[in-house]
Amino acid sequence: MDFFIQLFTDPVAFWNSHTLLIAQIGINSILASSMFIVLYSGQLSLAAPGFMAVGAYTAVLMDLYWHTPLALNIAAGVVFAGVVGVLVGLPVLRLRGVFLAIATIGFIEALRLGVILNLPITGEGLGLKNPSADPLGGINLVLGCLVVVLFLVWRLTKGRLGAAWAAIRQDELAALSQGIHVARYKMIAFVLSAVLAGFAGALEAHLNFFVDPGDQQYGVTRAVQILTFAVLGGSGHFLGPVVGALVVTSLPWVFEQAQAYINVVTGVFLIAVIVFRPQGIVGRGGLAIIRPWWWPRRNVRAPAPG
Amino acid sequence: MDQQILNAIFIGSIYALFAVGYTLVFGVLDILNLAHSAVFMLGAAVTYSLVVNRGQAFWFACIVGIAVSAAMGLVIEHVCLRPLRRRKAPPIAALISTIGLALIIVAAIEQGQPGSFFAWLWVDGPNSVAFPSGTIPNPTWHVGDLTLEASKVAIIPISIVLMLVLGYVIRSTQVGRGLRAVAENPRAARLMGLDVDRMISLTLVISSALGGLAGILFGVALGDISPYIGRDNVEIRGLAVIVLGGMGSIPGAVVGGYLLGLIEVGALVVLGSSARGGVAFAALFLMLVLRPQGLFGAQLRERI
Repeated sequence: MDFFIQLFTDPVAFWNSHTLLIAQIGINSILASSMFIVLYSGQLSLAAPGFMAVGAYTAVLMDLYWHTPLALNIAAGVVFAGVVGVLVGLPVLRLRGVFLAIATIGFIEALRLGVILNLPITGEGLGLKNPSADPLGGINLVLGCLVVVLFLVWRLTKGRLGAAWAAIRQDELAALSQGIHVARYKMIAFVLSAVLAGFAGALEAHLNFFVDPGDQQYGVTRAVQILTFAVLGGSGHFLGPVVGALVVTSLPWVFEQAQAYINVVTGVFLIAVIVFRPQGIVGRGGLAIIRPWWWPRRNVRAPAPG
Repeated sequence: MDQQILNAIFIGSIYALFAVGYTLVFGVLDILNLAHSAVFMLGAAVTYSLVVNRGQAFWFACIVGIAVSAAMGLVIEHVCLRPLRRRKAPPIAALISTIGLALIIVAAIEQGQPGSFFAWLWVDGPNSVAFPSGTIPNPTWHVGDLTLEASKVAIIPISIVLMLVLGYVIRSTQVGRGLRAVAENPRAARLMGLDVDRMISLTLVISSALGGLAGILFGVALGDISPYIGRDNVEIRGLAVIVLGGMGSIPGAVVGGYLLGLIEVGALVVLGSSARGGVAFAALFLMLVLRPQGLFGAQLRERI
């Protein structure tokens, strides 16, 4: 409760005492948007942590060896993540559903255990020190980027691209027969999601003095966490995954009293939300929970993917 | 070298036993049960607690461990899967609810310390423990330069017999026919008078009992029991195994288990320990890209 009391009575002190949490929520929201794009086009890809790792290591290594400015480092991380996205997407996008999910898990773990933990330049599992990180100053950058990302994702889902993705998600065969180039649009979604994940990875690396190649960071645990954001928040609307990221990331602070039992509480919460609202918090019908009864109903949205 | 091949077969048997339960649920329900690795851990933890903390006989503890795992299968069905089926949720929702349950189980064991709420279940917290010598019967033989421990050797016949029995049940009994019918088309199965919910419960009970047994064998043979053995050792490898063999195929899971054991030990011998995990996942990735139906899946549609 202290969490909400402070949030509503003293927002400034809340901001100051929870800066790291807010920055983490921002990063996770970008990751959730990355997951949203692939889910929106009907693909269950868990590759985001792999692209995060690519973005993060590229940015930090450029800073360490060439001392290039931050913007250039992040841009390089994003571009490289996009290139890797194309290379990975070419073979795996023929797969569907849970097969795609498992193939992408194979990719992230092969990258982490096989490459990152074995190359001398990435610190061979000891991680990398990142002396030019800026945990407190980075928050404005993260939140600013989040706003831009959300705007772009919103515009994308409203345009031709979004319409094509929604059509593919609902019925791939029907979309194909309507003349939609399914393979191309899936690839665009996959690479865009890789770019966003690489961006989030590079930003996150800028917030931490240490790049840690652990499972929590770039492994399956992280992938599952990102999927949780998207599914819990609802993957039919671009704000859903962001709400999911906000809720899941702040859970440990909201349930401070649970302390050691926080994972029990998180588990119960996950099951309860998904059982009572399988379409997610921001599910079918938009924000149906908080919409007042007199608010005019918009046209019915497309059903959530899956 | 021979010892290494033996190790590959031991660990492969455990992978196979674990993956058979995984693939059974996928074959019948088209759902990945991510709580399976938590059940694996629970079986080992319950058995260890009964033997070491309560002083029960090893065999009795094994039976209780398997029974608790099987009961956990019912919990998975009633808490995580059935409510979602009722609401016609997308299959991806079941992924999240089973992750939630896995979190709860692991956190409960993790918090089991003397004096805590879960002390009756587990007292070693997040630490890794092993059965003290003398608590389990474990004669050791030396054949040539090979060391054969009973706890490891026993895994092989236990796994093979159980997998044969399961294969027989599914192929040739009334219950097996029911399971296959539900796997093929739940709606049609219901119209033919099958109790689909009961069949699914049964699937989860069998799957979880096998998962719990695999956990016990793992804990006994490798001397490593902690809240994280499921997550760290078999969760993702189990996925690799069922993909190698073909999703939903039981013989595929068996062969995939041994294959993964061999691949890992091979990578260990040739490339050293640091490459072990990476090679397994690279194999998984290549398999999916080159032959997504796996070794034993003739077509993607046919299962079990």
